[in-house]
Amino acid sequence: MPTVELCFAALPGHVRTARMIATAVSRRAGVPAGAVDEIKLAVGEACARAVRVTRRSSPQALVRVELTDSAETFTVVVSDSGVPGDEIAPGPDGGLISVDALLGLENPAGPEASVLGVPDLPGDADSDQPFPPGLGLALIEGLVDEVAVRRGADGTGTVVEMTWHTGEPADDTDLDSAAYAALAAEIAGSARRQA
Amino acid sequence: MDLSLTTRQEGTHTVVVVGGEIDVYTAPKLREQLIDLVSAGSYHLVVDMEGVEFLDSTGLGVLVGGLKRVRAHEGSLRLVCTQERILKIFRITGLTKVFPIHSSVEEALAARD
Repeated sequence: MPTVELCFAALPGHVRTARMIATAVSRRAGVPAGAVDEIKLAVGEACARAVRVTRRSSPQALVRVELTDSAETFTVVVSDSGVPGDEIAPGPDGGLISVDALLGLENPAGPEASVLGVPDLPGDADSDQPFPPGLGLALIEGLVDEVAVRRGADGTGTVVEMTWHTGEPADDTDLDSAAYAALAAEIAGSARRQA
Repeated sequence: MDLSLTTRQEGTHTVVVVGGEIDVYTAPKLREQLIDLVSAGSYHLVVDMEGVEFLDSTGLGVLVGGLKRVRAHEGSLRLVCTQERILKIFRITGLTKVFPIHSSVEEALAARD
């Protein structure tokens, strides 16, 4: 059972809302501050990717985020029903392609040649896609203790499951009422901005 | 917090001061700013990221795009950043090898291309 579940319309402005909720829930779960930053960034990347593929193929569908706080792990599952693009690049071990391979850092001509010298890559640097394609998932791989990417249960969409090992839970670090009010105001502002 | 952008001229260089969050929602604003500068003939850019609170891969993509644009005019794009959580993102993605990263605007301006 997830601790918190969130579904949102595939709009870029809502990605920030999802990040803020992940931050608040992980803080409340007593996750150490460094890991909270990682969770915030990784959830943002996974949601941004989900929003992109959903907008492309099924703009009416919602993106789903499930946050689960258990004794020694914090797990976030981001699911979409969009048609996956080329941003999922299976690496040699069946997982995500490594950042070095993605950016071509092993290229003898040097990293600049590979990142800057290929203007016609599908992920145009001037489009809304991350550049190169897959950078977002590569970043996730660098931030998350365990990551699994799979097809949705009904055969459509993509499920990105991210797990952090957080160790023993801290004492209940519930948000105080002022922090909650500030968070609620920020989320309301974010929603208005989107309207 | 939204994205804030201000620019100022420092000799031959243009300093772009970025504040707030650079993500999938706000990155297009930064991209337009960089495109406008290059279109106006500013090919030596220093992007001051000390006020950036959040950066994602979309933001990285915009910076790579900016670097490509100035390079096409023999220009330069230098970053100013000392925040560990932002630097970490450049390290994870290997982009520390692509962008010159400085600890102050003065240092970036003093660097010779």
